[in-house]
Amino acid sequence: MASSTGDRSQAVRHGLRAKVLTLDGMNPRVRRVEYAVRGPIVQRALELEQELRQGVKKPFTEVIRANIGDAQAMGQRPITFLRQVLALCVNPDLLSSPNFPDDAKKRAERILQACGGHSLGAYSVSSGIQLIREDVARYIERRDGGIPADPNNVFLSTGASDAITVLKLLVAGEGHTRTGVLIPIPQYPLYSATLAELGAVQVDYYLDEERAWALDVAELHRALGQARDHCRPRALCVINPGNPTGQVQTRECIEAVIRFAFEERLFLLADEVYQDNVYAAGSQFHSFKKVLMEMGPPYAGQQELASFHSTSKGYMGECGFRGGYVEVVNMDAAVQQQMLKLMSVRLCPPVPGQALLDLVVSPPAPTDPSFAQFQAEKQAVLAELAAKAKLTEQVFNEAPGISCNPVQGAMYSFPRVQLPPRAVERAQELGLAPDMFFCLRLLEETGICVVPGSGFGQREGTYHFRMTILPPLEKLRLLLEKLSRFHAKFTLEYS
Amino acid sequence: MQRAAALVRRGCGPRTPSSWGRSQSSAAAEASAVLKVRPERSRRERILTLESMNPQVKAVEYAVRGPIVLKAGEIELELQRGIKKPFTEVIRANIGDAQAMGQQPITFLRQVMALCTYPNLLDSPSFPEDAKKRARRILQACGGNSLGSYSASQGVNCIREDVAAYITRRDGGVPADPDNIYLTTGASDGISTILKILVSGGGKSRTGVMIPIPQYPLYSAVISELDAIQVNYYLDEENCWALNVNELRRAVQEAKDHCDPKVLCIINPGNPTGQVQSRKCIEDVIHFAWEEKLFLLADEVYQDNVYSPDCRFHSFKKVLYEMGPEYSSNVELASFHSTSKGYMGECGYRGGYMEVINLHPEIKGQLVKLLSVRLCPPVSGQAAMDIVVNPPVAGEESFEQFSRESVLGNLAKKAKLTEDLFNQVPGIHCNPLQGAMYAFPRIFIPAKAVEAAQAHQMAPDMFYCMKLLEETGICVVPGSGFGQREGTYHFRMTILPPVEKLKTVLQKVKDFHINFLEKYA
Repeated sequence: MASSTGDRSQAVRHGLRAKVLTLDGMNPRVRRVEYAVRGPIVQRALELEQELRQGVKKPFTEVIRANIGDAQAMGQRPITFLRQVLALCVNPDLLSSPNFPDDAKKRAERILQACGGHSLGAYSVSSGIQLIREDVARYIERRDGGIPADPNNVFLSTGASDAITVLKLLVAGEGHTRTGVLIPIPQYPLYSATLAELGAVQVDYYLDEERAWALDVAELHRALGQARDHCRPRALCVINPGNPTGQVQTRECIEAVIRFAFEERLFLLADEVYQDNVYAAGSQFHSFKKVLMEMGPPYAGQQELASFHSTSKGYMGECGFRGGYVEVVNMDAAVQQQMLKLMSVRLCPPVPGQALLDLVVSPPAPTDPSFAQFQAEKQAVLAELAAKAKLTEQVFNEAPGISCNPVQGAMYSFPRVQLPPRAVERAQELGLAPDMFFCLRLLEETGICVVPGSGFGQREGTYHFRMTILPPLEKLRLLLEKLSRFHAKFTLEYS
Repeated sequence: MQRAAALVRRGCGPRTPSSWGRSQSSAAAEASAVLKVRPERSRRERILTLESMNPQVKAVEYAVRGPIVLKAGEIELELQRGIKKPFTEVIRANIGDAQAMGQQPITFLRQVMALCTYPNLLDSPSFPEDAKKRARRILQACGGNSLGSYSASQGVNCIREDVAAYITRRDGGVPADPDNIYLTTGASDGISTILKILVSGGGKSRTGVMIPIPQYPLYSAVISELDAIQVNYYLDEENCWALNVNELRRAVQEAKDHCDPKVLCIINPGNPTGQVQSRKCIEDVIHFAWEEKLFLLADEVYQDNVYSPDCRFHSFKKVLYEMGPEYSSNVELASFHSTSKGYMGECGYRGGYMEVINLHPEIKGQLVKLLSVRLCPPVSGQAAMDIVVNPPVAGEESFEQFSRESVLGNLAKKAKLTEDLFNQVPGIHCNPLQGAMYAFPRIFIPAKAVEAAQAHQMAPDMFYCMKLLEETGICVVPGSGFGQREGTYHFRMTILPPVEKLKTVLQKVKDFHINFLEKYA
């Protein structure tokens, strides 16, 4: 019954016909997904950039992308040592060049030896190059004061975002028994997006804005109690240091969270990608793994925990390489095999990203030739970030109608803004969240792109925005002042 | 604290997969023995167990890195520990990873990548000017002029433009719009994303996805994970794995009983089967998809791996366009390519793209939104893709060396060698390897061996492949991992080892097979 060309042209009807893939026919879970960090306001920012390029006159000469935690896009330089080793791995001919320090060459050779065919171009084992997993385990041990980490519990991933698919394993049940996952409000919207995609139930617990975004176990109890009505809560996500909120949790808080998770039988997910970004005096990063182990039995040997880290933040800011890992603790062995199986379908995380991660977890030692420069570059980045964190808090708190909790860590401010009732009405008329309206106007009039608090979640009737602290210090100062002035003007306009 | 640490050390992840169960329970026993402080607290059940986990994930299988590969890993460890075996090394002929088997990367590609990674090298006299030009162009298009910035979720703009230009050239002028190009983390990422968006409905209206049997098991894995319905259409082994539209028709009709078939996946050149579809076949498939209103996925990652002089790669995009506007304006088509195969073999970079045409405009927004949650594909992989689609041209300094390095003559030779040798073995029949990088020979397994396999609770070809691995160190993937007609058995082996080694491997397989036939006669 072969169709001839003649038959086909007879069968041809003209005009565009309905699509196979329509909004109504698409995956409904995907339809519910939202990701504000690259959402509508960023699309508008892109359009404005395009207009500027075309020579359209604006009240500003450039769009400032203060919406995303991408340090290098805002001018931060990569760490020299990292890029040297990576270049040597990429093009091993350079191993004979006199322009690279010996320790960089040694590292490159070590990594290449561990790669198939001695090349970054070979697939690795799905959990990541074994040598690098071992280096990560050693890093974790050093970081945690000697508490052992097993390389077999370390899985390299395509950025930390990829590893958060541990959540995928947890989702089961239907209706009232559907898996519920507790997430902080405000949160980094990867969590809400992933839960929407998986069709899991999002259970919000509110961070306490009055107390510098503290995590209150009473609030965890409240959220959990209410959730049990309509779902089966099985996991608890904590972001520490916080995104967008920037708080660094105290050790007592972390212990309380672990105790809560253990008592209520919740799998703990600890997003710790900002562990190298702690600025405030008196704040210290305590890894969930360390605290858990130090709490001893019954917690240490039984509480299920997954902790995440990434090459995108810290002092390295290597977002584009998509490097990251997850350490799982007390995971059922058979489930761990299932996780590995799931990873194997995608073959492996990008090998250059794995190599970069290796250098992050095993930086130059004090006796290495590259140490001095490495340390200098690292400290410079972190010092500047700390200064910018302080500056941001200060400038925003001076502006009437804006209040900003201390930026203890991470790379964002999440100030609260007062919006006059008339502005709120106007927003509603336009079908916009009030803080989205504010942010869109800010963008149109100053070129500054930030993300409205509604994209992260916030208490009803409060408005915020998330702005990065990443532009260079002096530029940041100007931006903060510009933003404050805009807010004053906006308030006046709608009073 | 010390006690906690000791307990953790004992209970921590076991060394090898097969010993997981054992060491875990012995650790637990030790732990409870030590825990005299809290005698009433024995180990409680975990929150996340096989029973309580996501059932869709449990259903997923991926044979290419499945049980036989885990076994190969164990054997390698044993060899390292000095345990005596009938062989001195494990040959990983299970996965299409050319560089792991000794293929050298393309010099120009790695030069441009090194320049992008460490731009100080732009001042070095050891790099050709044309490489520097490419690197500068890529870096200028990156945030902060660095590979370390996130790119747009759809990929770096100028790279998408280069991909579109490549497609236009490849397809003899058939235009490609950069707006329809999405860079991805390998082709697997793109395929998974498109399938994810397509799957909906419930019960009898659950989305059905048509896939070839034999298939590359990414498809079945993603279908399992998404809880979509797998609809098998069989390639015709008697006819060099040809795709017969009648078989497509049969499959879709039967499927309509229990699902809503919406998607048709084609792998061309085929994996594991290695056939290169004729132009007529592609036209027939497109017409079928148009008739049945199916979203077409064309997995074309082996487009640069065509060996048979009688065969040519025809892209679905080109054929679609040439069939006229009724088809080219209506058929929704996603075509996939990758940096992992071809002449470049850059698997570890996870570079890829998809060209998606005729999408409903609102769906495009949804697709970009979905991609944005993962921010962007690895920028170094995007850069690698750029060089693949924008290689040195005649007149450029690097052209000569590039041309020499990118010749596939070796693979063509190995393809013929493999086909011929297998066909000399009684009880093995191998279809022509027209393209891709695998042989998928059919093997005769005697009834006694089938029984032995069943006694071990294994598929007969898994049993065969396990024995092959244990006796020769050669790791291939059983046909059951890819799908095959009931009662037939196959395995997939790559043709990637260097020629001399490949000859040795083929000889060993031949000897093993003859012994196997005798043993189970």
